[in-house]
Amino acid sequence: MANKARALVDGLLDPLARLGHGGLKALAGLGRAHLLLLGILAGSWDMLRRPRLLLAQVFNVGVLSVLIVGVSGFFVGMVLGLQGYYVLSQFGAKESLGVMVAASLVRELGPVVTALLVAGRAGSALTAEIGLMKATEQLSGLEMMAVDPVRRILTPRFFGGLISMPLLAALFSAVGVLGGYFVGVGLLGVDDGAFFGQMQAKIDFREDVVNGVIKSLVFGVVATWIALFQGHDATATSEGVSRATTRAVVHSALAVLAIDFVLTALMFGK
Amino acid sequence: MGGQQSTQFPDGVPIGGACDTVSGPAAAPDCLVRIRGLSFSRGAQVIFDRVDLDIARGAVTAVMGPSGTGKTTLLKLISGQLRPDAGSIEVDGEPVETLGRSALYKLRRRMGMLFQSGALLTDLSVFDNVAYPLREHTKLNPAMVRKLVLLKLEAVGLRGARDLMPSALSGGMARRVALARAIALDPMMILYDEPFTGQDPISMGVLVTLIRQLNDASGLTSIVVSHDVRETASIADYMYIISNGKVMAQGTPAQIAAERSEWVRQFMDGLPDGPVHFQYPAPSLAADLLVRGVG
Ligand SMILES: Nc1ncnc2c1ncn2[C@@H]1O[C@H](COP(=O)(O)OP(=O)(O)OP(=O)(O)O)[C@@H](O)[C@H]1O
Ligand SMILES: [Mg+2]
Repeated sequence: MANKARALVDGLLDPLARLGHGGLKALAGLGRAHLLLLGILAGSWDMLRRPRLLLAQVFNVGVLSVLIVGVSGFFVGMVLGLQGYYVLSQFGAKESLGVMVAASLVRELGPVVTALLVAGRAGSALTAEIGLMKATEQLSGLEMMAVDPVRRILTPRFFGGLISMPLLAALFSAVGVLGGYFVGVGLLGVDDGAFFGQMQAKIDFREDVVNGVIKSLVFGVVATWIALFQGHDATATSEGVSRATTRAVVHSALAVLAIDFVLTALMFGK
Repeated sequence: MGGQQSTQFPDGVPIGGACDTVSGPAAAPDCLVRIRGLSFSRGAQVIFDRVDLDIARGAVTAVMGPSGTGKTTLLKLISGQLRPDAGSIEVDGEPVETLGRSALYKLRRRMGMLFQSGALLTDLSVFDNVAYPLREHTKLNPAMVRKLVLLKLEAVGLRGARDLMPSALSGGMARRVALARAIALDPMMILYDEPFTGQDPISMGVLVTLIRQLNDASGLTSIVVSHDVRETASIADYMYIISNGKVMAQGTPAQIAAERSEWVRQFMDGLPDGPVHFQYPAPSLAADLLVRGVG
């Protein structure tokens, strides 16, 4: 009898205890992530004195992502051109196709899709690189040489991501507009002048472009931060690194989409 | 045992035999590392239990013990990569366990550590790896850096490998490059974690001589962690044998060789049977097989 009651209580308490444990673990991780961010930012002065480290990372994160971002942008732009044409032509407004394509790209798809692509391509690479450096004791080796690995290794990667993201998003949007133009004007016969004229008249620099750039800056911070943290926090084994890489991509994708909703609500939801 | 000490720890291990001084707050000038009451655990596993240990300046001190007793952990504690749960670790008069970041980094510039894995930066060539600490911490011109790097690589016999990437090195070669890197800044102390593993007899011999020569020529202090009993005994001035979180024995190689305790004999002579268990702590094999056999 007493045993049964005991088992019942345990059965009730166990999930609760596990929930608490999980919650505490998540909070501790969040704390470590913020401490790491502080450490990364503290290294920015140090980094400015070694601009070549930063340039190398802008190349790593940015330049090496140009192809995938450009190609994706073109396809997304073409799809927007097709879909937009069919919707707009029902209202006899197919001259507005340019506005629709550009607004969707600059406000939403440019920053968001670029962030997802960068998280998948460059973010996962960052996580794996840092995680492997940890697993092979390269980070400890640096520490023993009195070199702070956070400042020397993580800070340039962080700013590399931060700088690359808006530039890549701009590239995505620009190529996307070309894709929309190719389909809309080239294939479906929308008027050339109307496509660009309306775009120029209706796309607002402050409202659309600046907000898009702000978004992609925020995504740059979040995606790179998550990637670096997961690598730095990875269990120092090959399995740990592989799991950290997966987590980095999943977490940054979710974070980007969730933050995008919040930012969109703040920026455009009047 | 050590013989120079009168102080006794509860377990009968004399305190601080390596430095010929009275232990106490007045740190002896010839004692580079002074560890007192060091305790450290990982989760439930107690790795050090109130350990006292001294490293004499200018000497080669060996730390030996079965695999998994915490030799690497000890080096990480001495270099401030880990913080002890209790006790004090003094290096050159500075309390490592309480030092702030910049003070610790300053101290580490005077320490070299040879990692068990080598820990070379994989995106830099052998040359750049050895040059790394020089470029970080000195303002030497490139010609000077080149000269120094080549000298250090020559010392470990790998001058010809300077353009290779670490991925193209064997484990033993990587460890020798790491040694060249560790001595690049001419530190006051070098921590060697298993310097002999993965070396062929020839490079082993060279390494043994090199460690001794480095130590004597530049007044270095060396801590060698190893389980190669013979090689280590041949270069060490003083030896500690640790196991189960305690110092089991200490003394000069001759004293250890004369040590009668069953435990020390088993370890030094590599006998399978004796007080030391080859197995990681576990219930008896029969119990394990029977109890959970079915399920
Ligand atoms: N990161 C870690 N997390 C948890 N436990 C660890 C960790 N690193 C080491 N340990 C444990 O600490 C103990 C001591 O490890 P350490 O690496 O210091 O042993 P060692 O004496 O250097 O062994 P070896 O001679 O095999 O290198 C081991 O039993 C190991 O299980
Ligand atoms: Mg070890």
